Amino acid sequence: MNNSVLKQVLKPALLLAAFALVGVLLLDTVNRYTLQRIEANERNALMRQLMQVVDKNSHDNDLLHDSAVLPGKLFHSSSDVTIYRARKQGRPSAAIFVTTTDKGYKGSIQIVIGIRMDRSISGVRVVRHNETPGLGDKMELQKSPWVLDFDNTSLQQPALSQWAVKRDGGYFDQFTGATITPRAIVGAVRDVLLWSNEDNHLLSVFSLPTTVGNPSEASDRAVKAEMENAQ
Amino acid sequence: MSQASYRKITQEGLWNNNPGLVQLLGLCPLMAVTTNVVNGLGLGLATILTLVASSTTISFARHFITPEIRLPVFVLIIAAVVTAIELLMHAFFFELYHILGIFIPLIVTNCIIIGRAEAFAAKHTPPKAFWDALMMGTGFALVLLILGGMREVLANGTLFDHAHLMFGESARGLAIHLFEDDKGFLLAALPPGAFIGLGLLLAIKNWIDAQQVQRRKAGKTATTATLPVTSVSTE
Repeated sequence: MNNSVLKQVLKPALLLAAFALVGVLLLDTVNRYTLQRIEANERNALMRQLMQVVDKNSHDNDLLHDSAVLPGKLFHSSSDVTIYRARKQGRPSAAIFVTTTDKGYKGSIQIVIGIRMDRSISGVRVVRHNETPGLGDKMELQKSPWVLDFDNTSLQQPALSQWAVKRDGGYFDQFTGATITPRAIVGAVRDVLLWSNEDNHLLSVFSLPTTVGNPSEASDRAVKAEMENAQ
Repeated sequence: MSQASYRKITQEGLWNNNPGLVQLLGLCPLMAVTTNVVNGLGLGLATILTLVASSTTISFARHFITPEIRLPVFVLIIAAVVTAIELLMHAFFFELYHILGIFIPLIVTNCIIIGRAEAFAAKHTPPKAFWDALMMGTGFALVLLILGGMREVLANGTLFDHAHLMFGESARGLAIHLFEDDKGFLLAALPPGAFIGLGLLLAIKNWIDAQQVQRRKAGKTATTATLPVTSVSTE
């Protein structure tokens, strides 16, 4: 290979590498500068969501660092369910379930559900969905108070058979023009309640080992296996 | 073209060669995001920022970039700029970042940006490349804004709703409620609304252009009746 060919190949290659290096340096700097702020943002956003579904002053622990993950199929959830545990002076006061249903009109709907130790609901919020704007999005609190209908309900009030939308002969309103979305949400909340009402499921949540790392994504396989065996 | 004046660059970017209405580039984010004014503005500003940063950088580096590696280098610069902007938005405009979601990283694939890099920035001085990027970006952002406004008014009866996501709590008052939410024209907020809205904007632009050409023709025949009309702009 003669020199000029080598030069022809090498020069652009080195140039490209130089540009890549500058790009990497730039991104690394920006990443370092924004990392903490982004993490704080994510934590705050999650915290705001959790605080909406538990009673005020019901807990004094750091919810974000007190969570466990259970397999989704226990709750008919389409992905693993993260549970945040609210404790007051060390004693369990409420559990917050982050469940996902794919029975909506389009894509999956992620719901946070707060359940008190007496197995009544302290609050429900939909945190993520792709339902049709204007029709299926009335489960957003800023669009309609519908989601507040869940407050203080339980499997006794209304009775289990009433845990459906009105069109299916149940207790909960559907939206004008959209039944599938509310039906999916009512079903998801009911499934979490059903699991929580069994035996001492709700209390057992509080003795699961705490998830390490990012609680929303991590899944502790050991815990999963244990819970599945217990079934 | 190489000695394009600032005036010409401005006209091209904002009107004659508007990326949204004439070049029809970047239509995917254009249609997906513009369900309201604030989303449109958010994506518009992000696109302007990317375009200006990448075009100016490429113009500065244009003497080093050999023809064989120009495309990879353009892509590299654009991707780095977009990622940096994405990180900054995630840190400082958290709520808006979540609404615009996938469309921020997708700015990388917006053809306007590599298009301007190749067609303009690589051949012009940094001040001109900067101005061209700013005008092209503004032209695109204006289309986003107008389309977002049309769709928001029709579907929700509001304008500048959710402005606080971008400008902080004090901007909550910016929201204008024109009529009751219940009477909204839902179709406008759904994907077909984007196509219909953009179609209408295109029609309006073409109509205005046609009017202008006609007026110019009429003016010319009146004053210099002997001169034949030789060059009617083909745009």
